[in-house]
Amino acid sequence: MIACGALAGHVREIAARRGWPLHVRSLPAQLHNRPGQIAPEAERMALDLLGRGYRVVLGYADCGSYGALDEVCARLGISRLPGLHCYDVLAGPEAIAAMLAREPGTYLLTDFLVRSFRASVLAPLGLEDHPELWSDYFGHYRRLVWLAQAATPELARRAESVAAMFGLPLTVIEVGTTRLERALEAVIAKGPPAHAAANPP
Amino acid sequence: MTTEELLRQLYDQTLTGNGPAVLDLTRSGLAGGIGPETLLYEALIPALEEVGARFERGDFFVPEMLIAGKAMAGALEVLRPLLAETGAESIGTVVMGTVKGDVHDIGKNLVNIMFEGAGFRVIDLGVQVAPEKFVEAVAEHQPDIVGFSAFLTTTMPMFKANIHALTKAGLRDRVIVMVGGAPVTQEYADAVGADGYAADASAAVVKAKQLIAGRRSAALPA
Repeated sequence: MIACGALAGHVREIAARRGWPLHVRSLPAQLHNRPGQIAPEAERMALDLLGRGYRVVLGYADCGSYGALDEVCARLGISRLPGLHCYDVLAGPEAIAAMLAREPGTYLLTDFLVRSFRASVLAPLGLEDHPELWSDYFGHYRRLVWLAQAATPELARRAESVAAMFGLPLTVIEVGTTRLERALEAVIAKGPPAHAAANPP
Repeated sequence: MTTEELLRQLYDQTLTGNGPAVLDLTRSGLAGGIGPETLLYEALIPALEEVGARFERGDFFVPEMLIAGKAMAGALEVLRPLLAETGAESIGTVVMGTVKGDVHDIGKNLVNIMFEGAGFRVIDLGVQVAPEKFVEAVAEHQPDIVGFSAFLTTTMPMFKANIHALTKAGLRDRVIVMVGGAPVTQEYADAVGADGYAADASAAVVKAKQLIAGRRSAALPA
């Protein structure tokens, strides 16, 4: 599985727990800041792995590629996770759509984003050097929703600290990884017959 | 400092988004007798064009473009009234907004920066703009172009709703409709009946100029 760095940790944990013979290669989550690069990077890695005899699936939703990942899947005969973003995979597309319909100014967090907010958001958006850009990026948000996979006290503290940066209320919804696990089961079942080598690359 | 040196520095400082320096150099240039049009067309606009080119090449990312745009906006605040006094005309008026249900406006704001930099007058309606607000603004400001921005696949259908509202108000033929945003494609723009689409801020300016030129030449008597 070629997985987004934001999901790879959860995928590894699920695969280990379920005893799946799944090897996870991750691409940097920071690619989401330049989503046009996700599909080419995923395709390059997939071609390499397919060429070495592995069966490949993508641990990505559409992820802002606006169909480019689907084109990669169609070209290479592989599958990806359903939905537009990992929020859909983790919480369900209907729940996310309803949340955004109720309040379009909803900023979504996952455990990964809570843990890496500085590295994944503040730094790549230039906010450490240019804090004056904060309102340009986030001025229209009205609330934060943390879709928690495992809401430990440490992560909860970090999520509150992110909410404090926004100066907005934080809602915590414990979505866990059950939906992700079901999506993984489905995407793995959908893939072509395995002709993988016995050993991981 | 010679005029050439000042213009060079103004160009460089705009490129790197040094707002205070851009403002100082603009004021110094004016105090030294350099015309507002010279400052605009020989330093600020070329700098912003270079910013757009670097963004397209991937050398610049959003923050670099935003700080350059803010630096230029500071200078424009000083220059705008002077340009009006000299009788310099804007090359066109644009009404812009992010569609209803969508709060994403970084892309729209980058387009606004590039439009202003190119000499357009921009009226920004903000985010979550309902069709009736676009209709009101088009009726009031009579722009050459109205631009709809959407970042979400779920809000893109508002383009069609906006165009329908303009048609219903009898304004559709009086204004060029441009659409844009990360999920938008030329095919989608064609499908909803927009007149123009561009993939990025620099291309939007080029497209807007082409569309306006086309409309104005079509309006000339044979």
